Amino acid sequence: MANVKTLMLKAPGTNCDVETTFAFEQAGAQVESAHINELLRRQKLLSNYQIMVIPGGFTYGDDISAGKILANEVRLKLGEDIQRFVEDGGLVLGICNGFQVLVKAGILSKSADGGPPQLSLAGNDSGKFESRWVYLSANPTSPCIFTQGITTMYLPVAHGEGKVVGEPKILDELNVVLYYADETGNIQAGYPYNPNGSANSIAGICDDSGRVFALMPHPERFVRWTQHPRWTREPRREYGDGFRVFRNAVEWVKNA
Amino acid sequence: MFRIEVSIKAGFPEPRGEGLQKDIQDLGITTVEKAKVTDIYLLEGSLNEEEVRRICRELLVDPVVEEYSYGEASITGVEDSNVRVIEVAYNPGVMDPVEESVKKGILDLGIATVDSVKTAKSYYLWGELSEDTLQSICDKLLVNSVIQHVVTRREGPSLPSATYEFSLSVIDLLSMDDDELIELSKDRLWLDLGEMKQIQDYFSRLGRNPTEVELETLAQTWSEHCKHKTFRGKIRLGEVVIDDLLKSTIMRVTEELHKPWCLSVFVDNAGVIDFDGHYALCFKVETHNHPSAVEPYGGASTGIGGVIRDPLGTGLGSKPILNTDVFCFGPPDLPYDRLPQGVLHPRRIFKGVRAGVADYGNRLGIPTLNGAILFDERYAGNPLVFCGTVGLLPKSMSQRGQQQPGDLVVVVGGRTGRDGIHGVTFASGELTKESEAISTSSVQIGNPITEKRMIDVLLKARDRGLYRRITDCGGGGLSSAVGEMAEETGVRVYLERVPLKYSGLSYTEIWISESQERMLLAVPANCVDELIALFASEDVEAAVIGEFTDNRRLQLFYKDTLVCDLDMEFLHHGLPQLEREAVWEQPQYDEPDFPEPPDLREALIRILGSLNVCSKEWVIRQYDHEVQGSSVLKPLVGRNNDGPSDAAIIRPILDSDMGMIVSNGINPKYGDIDPYWMAASAIDEALRQVIAVGGTLQKVALLDNFSWGNPEKPDRLGALVRAAQACYDIAISYETPFISGKDSLYNEYEAEGKTICIPHTLLISAMAVMEDVNRVVSMDCKEAGDLIYIVGTTKDELGGSHYYDIHGYVGNNVPKVEPKKGKKLMDRLSTAMERCSVKACHDCSEGGIGVAAAEMAFAGGLGMVIHLRQVPLGESMHRNDFVLFSESNTRFLVEVAPEDKSEFEKSMNGLDFAAIGEVKTDEKFDVYGISGARVLSASIAELKEAWQKPLRW
Repeated sequence: MANVKTLMLKAPGTNCDVETTFAFEQAGAQVESAHINELLRRQKLLSNYQIMVIPGGFTYGDDISAGKILANEVRLKLGEDIQRFVEDGGLVLGICNGFQVLVKAGILSKSADGGPPQLSLAGNDSGKFESRWVYLSANPTSPCIFTQGITTMYLPVAHGEGKVVGEPKILDELNVVLYYADETGNIQAGYPYNPNGSANSIAGICDDSGRVFALMPHPERFVRWTQHPRWTREPRREYGDGFRVFRNAVEWVKNA
Repeated sequence: MFRIEVSIKAGFPEPRGEGLQKDIQDLGITTVEKAKVTDIYLLEGSLNEEEVRRICRELLVDPVVEEYSYGEASITGVEDSNVRVIEVAYNPGVMDPVEESVKKGILDLGIATVDSVKTAKSYYLWGELSEDTLQSICDKLLVNSVIQHVVTRREGPSLPSATYEFSLSVIDLLSMDDDELIELSKDRLWLDLGEMKQIQDYFSRLGRNPTEVELETLAQTWSEHCKHKTFRGKIRLGEVVIDDLLKSTIMRVTEELHKPWCLSVFVDNAGVIDFDGHYALCFKVETHNHPSAVEPYGGASTGIGGVIRDPLGTGLGSKPILNTDVFCFGPPDLPYDRLPQGVLHPRRIFKGVRAGVADYGNRLGIPTLNGAILFDERYAGNPLVFCGTVGLLPKSMSQRGQQQPGDLVVVVGGRTGRDGIHGVTFASGELTKESEAISTSSVQIGNPITEKRMIDVLLKARDRGLYRRITDCGGGGLSSAVGEMAEETGVRVYLERVPLKYSGLSYTEIWISESQERMLLAVPANCVDELIALFASEDVEAAVIGEFTDNRRLQLFYKDTLVCDLDMEFLHHGLPQLEREAVWEQPQYDEPDFPEPPDLREALIRILGSLNVCSKEWVIRQYDHEVQGSSVLKPLVGRNNDGPSDAAIIRPILDSDMGMIVSNGINPKYGDIDPYWMAASAIDEALRQVIAVGGTLQKVALLDNFSWGNPEKPDRLGALVRAAQACYDIAISYETPFISGKDSLYNEYEAEGKTICIPHTLLISAMAVMEDVNRVVSMDCKEAGDLIYIVGTTKDELGGSHYYDIHGYVGNNVPKVEPKKGKKLMDRLSTAMERCSVKACHDCSEGGIGVAAAEMAFAGGLGMVIHLRQVPLGESMHRNDFVLFSESNTRFLVEVAPEDKSEFEKSMNGLDFAAIGEVKTDEKFDVYGISGARVLSASIAELKEAWQKPLRW
């Protein structure tokens, strides 16, 4: 397939769409940004795309709780479309606010008998929004399409509500893709390595198919070497760690 | 009405409660054992029980970590007698930023019968608390009476829903004598008698009295805030008369330098420079001091929200790409008994301002990358909050547009409410202990998502060419925005067409309201349908409120009645030129007479730990400085991402290697000695930072922000003149034009018969274009064995220094600037940095060589040895402490690899520079004195700890 068409979903308060578009374009995708109203009014159809992205931001101000209002909008008005999109082999990526939306919309969280999701993203233990870089360790057995071949990454987080919470049973059943870790890969290193107090140091999860992936850290903010906080003192590398997330997605669609 | 209370389930952490408990402990109250914060939603409308439950379950409550209760009346769920509950709600008329989102969320559930939503918070405090203590916690932490109140009994959400009965309000100005004119102006118009009389004359020539809205319009247009009367006035200083200080200093630099890359200067909402031939950059820094003093969170968030709209309203509109912030507060540990009456505590102001700027900037997705925080007790009654925004726009759109008669006046974005009335005139007077009461309606709460929506769709409208001109609705509201835009044409506005948040506003309130998140457009009639449809497609309101005319009159109508009819000539040029007296006398301070200490370790540790020097990481990390993916040099650098970067660099266009550097210079301590050298030092510092990170002086634009005392007092004005003169002298020599600026005067606080004036404060912001971001140099030491050079001369210039300060002295030898020499030095250093591999460079400023070298060492996680005997010195410099801590300008510390030694020295040949030290592996910081004996030895860990500890909150 020549063109990998990616839809960048925008809602009021989305603010990482430009750099996420850049990352996908660098990876060879063709990206179109769509205001949520364009999807609701059927001016743009999900079925015309292979990848759907919910980028970072503060949709609707993160009022009530982060991503909640967009999550409801997605669940109530686009839920079936997204379900069909995934069943048809589409890829879905949620970054930061996108993670919060996918979980709270029930797309990336199990719910018993159609009840409310039993997984959530709560306020950071520190009580603060924090912008800092974190080491990530990938789960080698994860089916996630986006992280194939990735073992570790160093990426920035910037959020106030990134703590994965849920009953132990729910957490045990999750497809964890990425863990917060320290430089050596120890995933029990605690704050600030785990920047929000996330249960089991969970930083990113996917669905059973591996095609729906969401994470709190921002891979789009480290696609070029000069975005690394220490690029002026470390040996130069061709790409930033986050770049492979986008390339994996694009390559997978091309080869599908 | 339904009252829903949402709280965290037992067993989950309560960060907000823990934070509150810590804040209470900081007040010295230790009896609170536990604290909890809950969210209250008050819904009005016809709802059945199942609908309310569904709203709770599916919208308001997180099913995993939260639970809820709801009922008609009292606070429920507390059976413990040992707990005190305080519910805090917004005052009537204060915008609740969450309301709109909650309404939308409920509508999405298919429930359309909710009329209004209000939010509140409940604070639960466990432990023994007396009534007095509880009151103290309320006053100092929980409630700001300007916008909030404690809910004592269950009351309906008191919406300001009164209807407004129109009646034309005419002021009987013509019959007033001088006393009556003064009385009318006081606390409302803030005009002086001469100005009031000018207005009286005008109306007496017209043979009629003014309407209230005409007077308000004149007062706003003629305010210090809008017209810069002081800077534009006639000032007599000794024998010299300065006609228009701004024109003869700041603007003169730009005019004489005549740089072709200055595209639009001093004419638009921000100054614009060329970036890469295709794009342009604009930059504006504003202050929001008085609003932040009375309501720190709202004041600061609307400060940043307001300055973002400046680049948005520059040229045909630019995209905001970077924010800066500089704060000046009273010391956070100021004892309450030293706090001036009627003032919020500096710690509370600090926390509120920080949160306001972060919440707004983060939500808009604009990286906050550069700033500074300074402390001085004189800022306690009158803090300073500078916010800046850089915008990116196509070069072809960089000029201010021009409307044509017949074009429509369109207001877009948020609706108009009663918030922020008299903000501009409020900013043009001194603060007093009554300010809080008078200014209640001047305070605004920002709604960042309204602004974000508006920005997104505005830039689309710009690219489709749907409007001819744009400006922001800021201070003075529609009055200023429409009045200024229509100066050359004339305008008719129909005030009842302005979309309102609620009914009940008078026509005057509509006209002067400073409600946030609004922009004003001039739209050709044949584009207006497309424009309104485009805005509607993203749920943003655009309303036609009038049309531009060709009669050069400002004509306002309210439901067919002409309520204002002023001619533009009088409105904009009728203001008499101000004449003021200024004096300047250099103060004399005691010179220190303490002997040189044999060991300088303790001095270095104290300076590193002083509030102005110490790490601001606690603040920086709560700003998103990575969003937009553009950052190349971040505010925190080094081995552990925690060293203090000299400047910020971004890549405005992601697929280009061109960069933009932003830096700032500010040092009010020098202004206590001589504002001239304070201004000179601020410019030198901002430029040093540009050079230190790998930039050049070739394309650097400056912004000036004066925050000063009352200019009606001759000594304040004399100091202002000195500072402005230095701006000319120094900037012209460095060949760096000013492109924009702002002054905030009247920063004085009056209580108990005493007036406290802030330190004269000049912020210089610099924006520089960098050809290749791959050439960036950071300040952290890179490798053991490298050489450390000093570039520049170290002189006996410790007046206003931190070293004198820790010994309780100010001194008189303020650091000076030799701009011709300085320019040569900076040019040569940037050439050297381009040519050879300079591995680190750090600007020498507060705390001199000692602080700069220590910061380089601990940021790099490496040791360092420094030999003071090698340092090129000015006259009569014999003391090790003076050499180590002098704050002479135009100096840099540079790290060079041994193999690049000769190349570097060749490049710098003929200038004052020397190798003074070496980077070490042993993590020790050692300094050897002029005689060769060791005068300081410390581990980099203890130095770093001293630097990080004070503001690690």
